[in-house]
Amino acid sequence: MSILDRPAPAADLPDRFLRWFAQRGWEARAHQLELLARAREGRSSLLIAPTGAGKTLAGFLPTLVELSEAGSRGGPSAGRLVSTGRGIRREGGLHTLYISPLKALAVDIARNLERPVAEMELPIRLETRTGDTPVSKRQRQRRDPPDILLTTPEQVALLLASADAPYLFGSLRRVILDELHSLVLSKRGDLLSLDLARLFALAPQLATIGLSATVAEPDDLCRFLVPQQEGRVASADLIIAAGGAQPHVTMLDTAEHLPWAGHTARHALPEIYALIKQHKTTLVFVNTRSQAEMLFQELWRINDDNLAIALHHGSLDVTQRRKVEDAMAAGRLRAVVCTSSLDLGIDWGDVDLVINVGAPKGSSRLLQRIGRANHRLDEPSRGILVPANRFEVLECRAAIDAVAENAQDTPPLRTGALDVLAQHVLGRACGEPFLADELFDEVRMAAPYAGLTRADFDAVLDFVATGGYALKSYERFAKIRQGADGRWRVSNPRIAQQYRLNVGTIVEADMLKVRLVRSRGPRGGYAGGVMRGGRLLGEIEEYFIEQLTHGDTFVFAGEVLRYEAIVDNEVYVSRSNASEPKIPSYEGGKFPLSTYLAARVRDILAEPATWDGLPDQVREWLEIQRWKSVTPAARDLLVETFPRAARNYLVCYPFEGRLAHQTLGMLLTRRLERARMRPLGFVANEYALALWAHGELALHIRRGTLSLDALFDQDMLGDDLDAWLAESALMKRTFRTCAIIAGLIERRYPGKEKSQKQMTISTDLVYDVLRRHQADHVLLRAAATDAATGLLDIRRLGEMLSRVRGRIVHKALDRVSPLAVPVLLEIGREPVHGEVSDELLAESAAALAKEAMG
Amino acid sequence: MNLTAAPAECAISAAGETDRCLRIAGLSLVADAAGALYWPEERLLAVADLHLEKGSSFARRGSLVPPYDTADTLSRLSALVRRYAPQAVVALGDSFHDQQGSERLSLADRMTLGQLMRGRDWVWITGNHDPEPMHALGGLFTAAFARGPLLFRHEPTHNGRDGEIAGHLHPVAQVDMGGRYLRRRCFASDGRRMVMPAFGAYAGGLNVRHRAFAGLFAGDDFVAHVLGRAAVHAFAGAHCLPD
Repeated sequence: MSILDRPAPAADLPDRFLRWFAQRGWEARAHQLELLARAREGRSSLLIAPTGAGKTLAGFLPTLVELSEAGSRGGPSAGRLVSTGRGIRREGGLHTLYISPLKALAVDIARNLERPVAEMELPIRLETRTGDTPVSKRQRQRRDPPDILLTTPEQVALLLASADAPYLFGSLRRVILDELHSLVLSKRGDLLSLDLARLFALAPQLATIGLSATVAEPDDLCRFLVPQQEGRVASADLIIAAGGAQPHVTMLDTAEHLPWAGHTARHALPEIYALIKQHKTTLVFVNTRSQAEMLFQELWRINDDNLAIALHHGSLDVTQRRKVEDAMAAGRLRAVVCTSSLDLGIDWGDVDLVINVGAPKGSSRLLQRIGRANHRLDEPSRGILVPANRFEVLECRAAIDAVAENAQDTPPLRTGALDVLAQHVLGRACGEPFLADELFDEVRMAAPYAGLTRADFDAVLDFVATGGYALKSYERFAKIRQGADGRWRVSNPRIAQQYRLNVGTIVEADMLKVRLVRSRGPRGGYAGGVMRGGRLLGEIEEYFIEQLTHGDTFVFAGEVLRYEAIVDNEVYVSRSNASEPKIPSYEGGKFPLSTYLAARVRDILAEPATWDGLPDQVREWLEIQRWKSVTPAARDLLVETFPRAARNYLVCYPFEGRLAHQTLGMLLTRRLERARMRPLGFVANEYALALWAHGELALHIRRGTLSLDALFDQDMLGDDLDAWLAESALMKRTFRTCAIIAGLIERRYPGKEKSQKQMTISTDLVYDVLRRHQADHVLLRAAATDAATGLLDIRRLGEMLSRVRGRIVHKALDRVSPLAVPVLLEIGREPVHGEVSDELLAESAAALAKEAMG
Repeated sequence: MNLTAAPAECAISAAGETDRCLRIAGLSLVADAAGALYWPEERLLAVADLHLEKGSSFARRGSLVPPYDTADTLSRLSALVRRYAPQAVVALGDSFHDQQGSERLSLADRMTLGQLMRGRDWVWITGNHDPEPMHALGGLFTAAFARGPLLFRHEPTHNGRDGEIAGHLHPVAQVDMGGRYLRRRCFASDGRRMVMPAFGAYAGGLNVRHRAFAGLFAGDDFVAHVLGRAAVHAFAGAHCLPD
């Protein structure tokens, strides 16, 4: 049901509120009143509204009105204990819980809310609760809760995992879930859904309000907001705010040469700078932290007018981020270069332009970003896309078309993860003891777990209790036990302590400090001793370092560095004179290209009639591709083979994102090895995969001794995948994350030094042993499910393989094709700092392009 | 003892072509790809750092890691005992992850271990994880065990004598296999003394280029005999890569 279905009830606002709106020259908006009316009926609602539509105020309005009508809660009755028949609770008590994905957002919303509360003199106490809240205040909040508590999903889990949860939440009337479209995408959403189910059980009067940006399937979110019942789907009401003006999105028509590969968009810097100069306040979105750093530095290099340009990304210090946000809100900045750290968040001042540098990756993501420009609904947001290379031009074109149609490509609702369920079950046992049957019913009220089977639930319960092993040897170490009353409770307080340290689903990559030292030469000696005392360059993810070995070069902090050793939790690196790093970092693929945009890009390629809208350079590139090779039909998979520099290349163009391509590369390598094609290596980007081998690939395909249909057969997802998973480092990382969330092993915290390593068990060893002895263990199943959509993206690979069955088009070429140039340039692609190296890189790119186009 | 004929003897001794003959202190020994050392003349099998019951040791503290590590370790040890039918087995210390480990052995594992020990000499060298004898297990408990020119002990000593066979450090080597980096357990030896790889399923590893190995071998010159799937491969220590 949407607001169009019936007129908004008029003047439902109390006088106090009407006067307040009038004083500010505002009028309550239709969707705000609609939400209020639904809330008065005790119904749950999902509000979908563009940025700037007063979404947050709409969410809180019902609570503010109700509490103002309830009269002064500071009166004599406050704090009185009353019996509810189900237990004792404080009269009044917690009324509304606001849950946001970011603790900074919770703090900001609280600040913004204090104003109307103060100005209308409402008798309302509102407080925040985050990891930063002092212990004394947290304890007081349990005893004497505020009317409105603003917090995060993890804090809610912690509050629920205590014996006094029924006392605290028994009075709860409303939960407001902000940025719901973002919360539901991850395991945090799974955890939140379980907590929500628990809250519904504790507070029968509870209703929810979800606040969301536009999504492809609002019905998914509507289900998330209410308890599901056996056999039928329950949904919250859907309220869609009147849309703003259609956004105005264009692509930068650069006068410069469009690069073949890379993600820096360095060619367009002067044009970006000129745009910043022409506008009042510009947000410049990029996809990764390193891009943000680079762009920020390059902009300042040409910032002759000293424009106030700032930087904002997730790994910056919090205080620094707050400073930027405050300066922005105060209108003191001309531009902010930022990453997805700003995809979420509150309204910030008067942005009149959003520039998106690099590939947009998805149409919903792009719409949300562009929505940040212009907070007056009646004027269009203005966005300009700056593709960093030729393929990104196609992606930008596809995204602009999608935005014009207002097409959304947010992913469907998740199926609840079993490792998250394990964490929740332990949390429940830390609170009130529970009956398995009751908990099973409660868990299935959560939409992501509505389809959970009793067998899976029992497996998880067994895992939490004694590890879930076929070998029942841990009974005496059980973490939770069933009492004589049949209820499960934690065996001892230490387990509850462990749970509290482990709560949450965000497993941060372990970070290592990077220190610059002098190289000790190729032979080296024992690590340590001689090289200490260099300058700290910053922090880098441990998993990235794990794949390096002594002497490998990579880019960090704007330089090509040589990896020397790990010493006492620090990475020692030296300056390298290599022009290209050996190990590219794969940050460019952080958000995979959405399936939807990928399909649109394939459509553009397949339909030369649509090329008119493309820049000349790109059209020329595609024309020559059509002449030298072929541009594939939308449902076909083009496979090109050609010799180059004493190697035989195979390049294919699935357009399924880097992760799926990497998995495909691994599996094809195994198959080519078996076919004695002697594969040497492969490289993947978002659009294509290139493999090279000693073997004469083209010859064998022509003779029929190598069948492409067999090579790309779906059966590679069977035995080959299984064999590869047994040793895949990515699979082991996926397993580790599940093991930590499920509480199998403890989190490592900064400060817990590596010298304790012998006191830990490597999850890789655990993975090996478990695979050998109990391959169907619930954690291995959880990890396999994650791998299907996560780092290995197996599901998408499977869909692609099934799509192209019998539709593989092979072109045997005598040299590299224009379409293959970008992916070949990925080999050692990282942007190299410094003028001379840049030239070298440009030279090698130019040579390759000439070969293809000439 | 016929030193010159030793390599041939290795091949005969059921070691198969995949394992490697090592010379230590003038003796010829077999480095088995499973991570054990066999001395044919004495029919003596040595394994290091079994860390039995490491899983249950973690379970006691609330980490319910899979309890299959002891069975896994013992079944691999059983395969070795079947293969070599040794007269003596020496476990080089840290055989149990903690002092109470033997009490937590499952009935099945206890029986497996009993069968392994039956009919042969069994030497438990004490380690830092299991410093006290666990007499209920049977076998000989000792801090060090000498036979012929060899001295078996848990921790390798600096400036120790020739013929010292130790464990404790869990050596692993990282090597470049034509662009793919492999990190595997290994024997580290300079021909005079040796540090054996850990045998336990849950025993972690320490890179042979870590400073804990510095000074153990004269001139830090040693060979890492890296455990492959079916064979042992020798790499000069200097060609092994640090972490």
